[in-house]
Amino acid sequence: MKVLMSGNEAIARGAYEAGVRFAAAYPGTPSTEILEEFSKYDGVHAEWSPNEKVAVEVAIGAALAGEKALAVMKHVGVNVAADPIFTVSYTGTNGALVIITADDPSLHSSQNEQDNRNYARFAKIPMLEPADAEEAKEYIKLAFEISEKFDTPVFLRSTTRVSHSKAVVTLEKPQKYEDKTGFTYNVEKYVMVPVNARTQRVEVEKRQHALKKFVETFPENKIEINNLDVGIITAGMPYNYAKEVFPDYSYLKLGMVYPLPEKLIRDFASKVKKIYVIEELDPFLEEQIKAMGIKVIGKEIFPYTIEFDPGIIKNAIEKNTQVPVSPYKEELSPRPPNLCPGCPHRGLFYALSKSKAYVHGDIGCYTLSYMKPLEGLHSCICMGASIGMAHGMSKALKEKGKGKVVGVIGDSTFLHSGITPLLNMAYNHSAALIIILDNSTTAMTGMQEHPGTGYTLMGKEAKKVNLKVLVSALGIENIKVIDPLDLKATRSAIKEELAKDGPSVIIAESPCALFKRANIKLKSALKVDSDKCEGCKACLGLNCPPISWKKGVTKEGSKRKGISYIDKNICNGCGLCEQVCKFGAIS
Amino acid sequence: MVDDEAKSILFAGVGGQGILRASDIICEAIMEAGLDVKKSEVHGMAQRGGCVTSHVRYGKKVYSPLAETGSIQTLVSFEKMEALRYLKFLKKDAAIIVNTEEIYPPAVNMGDAPYPKDAIAFLKEHYNNVIHFNAAELAQKAGNVKTANVVLLGAVSNLITIDQSIWENVIKKSFPEKLVKINLAAFQLGIAA
Repeated sequence: MKVLMSGNEAIARGAYEAGVRFAAAYPGTPSTEILEEFSKYDGVHAEWSPNEKVAVEVAIGAALAGEKALAVMKHVGVNVAADPIFTVSYTGTNGALVIITADDPSLHSSQNEQDNRNYARFAKIPMLEPADAEEAKEYIKLAFEISEKFDTPVFLRSTTRVSHSKAVVTLEKPQKYEDKTGFTYNVEKYVMVPVNARTQRVEVEKRQHALKKFVETFPENKIEINNLDVGIITAGMPYNYAKEVFPDYSYLKLGMVYPLPEKLIRDFASKVKKIYVIEELDPFLEEQIKAMGIKVIGKEIFPYTIEFDPGIIKNAIEKNTQVPVSPYKEELSPRPPNLCPGCPHRGLFYALSKSKAYVHGDIGCYTLSYMKPLEGLHSCICMGASIGMAHGMSKALKEKGKGKVVGVIGDSTFLHSGITPLLNMAYNHSAALIIILDNSTTAMTGMQEHPGTGYTLMGKEAKKVNLKVLVSALGIENIKVIDPLDLKATRSAIKEELAKDGPSVIIAESPCALFKRANIKLKSALKVDSDKCEGCKACLGLNCPPISWKKGVTKEGSKRKGISYIDKNICNGCGLCEQVCKFGAIS
Repeated sequence: MVDDEAKSILFAGVGGQGILRASDIICEAIMEAGLDVKKSEVHGMAQRGGCVTSHVRYGKKVYSPLAETGSIQTLVSFEKMEALRYLKFLKKDAAIIVNTEEIYPPAVNMGDAPYPKDAIAFLKEHYNNVIHFNAAELAQKAGNVKTANVVLLGAVSNLITIDQSIWENVIKKSFPEKLVKINLAAFQLGIAA
């Protein structure tokens, strides 16, 4: 049967067809849907881990027990999980272990654009890279086969464009699951103390050697001979872009991007006159091929940054300077993504920005509050960084930072990697204030469960961590719980806690406005009283999507030039604008 | 129905307008009609109000889910000013379907930037085939304002040779039973628009 599937859906389907029944992940765009889709298949165990490192460790445990285990994450998640990944490369995997890295060229929804193919070489782990959904379904199966055959973890690299584009996929009959679980002691292989690791280190090189031989005949490294004047070496989605604009050239499409098939590459190079290496981000293939002494053209003409498209490839090769332009020359007002109507973060950041604090942000919807007019936070590096950074800055600023340094972090992000740095704050006498924005879900990636929600990915009820008790157990004595939709209480809590010497934590509790299970009792949409509105624009400071301001409606005896409006179709009735209005014009 | 070269449709609009659902439906219909199809998506904008686009590419064999600039035959804009944002992607003889509904970007809402005037006149001046109507009003007529995306699909169906019965089947499969009738009505209103 043929169906239309996204790359992520196809990876989930492929894993299921390959007989995989065990997977762990932490959500992160563009990888999230893989585990969500996988969890829907019969007989699987799929779990959200608190972070990617835990996900990989859970998968390693399952693999050592004989399972075919899958761990899924976005590119930066591999940084978090790097520690176990580098050493499971030494121990091998017994059952099977595939780690999916979903990279994000062009940073559609990420803080950096790292090219995770480098991890394959760095950790000496083979990596496959599919070019579309159909291949993604096939390659995940091959990844498990290679893992079983060579007793190695295997990377499958996707990119946003593979994960989030749809293509026609042929469904196949799933392999029957065979229970091969059990554990056999093998301390020399699994206890990575120096004496054992030195031995395994040699095994890794033997495996590398075997894999290099294997890739020479790996059927997904494909040569297409056509016009011999130009040969293109490429992999993944850029193959499709190139085929689109240069269907007549010859191709070497690499299904496995590490290790490389040196003989096959030499063979291809000997057949064609001129070679282009087409790859997004780093010259990963190019540098290795050049090191073989083969002359190729790569980053001299193709960009290092952003994702490619057919036009970029065509213009680079044909040296086109005349690219199509829009006949419309006026500037079009942009549409930056915004916090949703009724979002509780809006209240917190509205209050926080008035406190003139130095605010370290974190990864989540709330990062959007850095923009005008809220300007609620002033740094953002990676998951969990807000807390350590707030502590470090407060220590460095000493008296100058007194009552000024804040870290803000969401509930899911706090449980991901905020607990350890908060423990550090209690331990190292910190003076900073941490605000945990508890909206009861992982909102940014689309409402995933986490250890604070009370449910698992599979929908089972679960232990729900009590954040207040947890924070207290770490050694934090000043803890306040507030409702960020109550502006007065929020302002005074921030003021009071900033005035204190020791570390403080404010837990701002209010569910995400889109979170259905929270069953938020929505008030009806608010309205602006056009008699009372003075047109002062204070409500616009909230940057709430339903609120607009229009010129023209004046009033006798008033200087007003226009008034505010609220779009009743999208207002969620959170009441923040009512609290901000000094004239009682909103109700 | 088509020559060997893959054809492209660009769906554009604002998060929450049902753009991805519409591009899903057209891809299903194209697949049912026996052609290869691929499409790109932008995720995560549904409630956050950002720009959303989806390239749909179809033909005998499709490689790229993204179209080249200057190569797209059909633009379907779910919002009036958004039609102006992607013109560099279009062929000179492209057909443009525009929902004339206006959704203001934040700066326009704040009174800090203008909303483009005469967008339709501009499009008509530069392109020969501009079809424009208020899809939200037609959707309301069909029985639910949220079916504006299917109204627009009805209009697209006039430009692509796929059997009515295929469209209807795909629409039936795409919605819960109680919404099928309204969506079929919306589709018909789009055809007539």
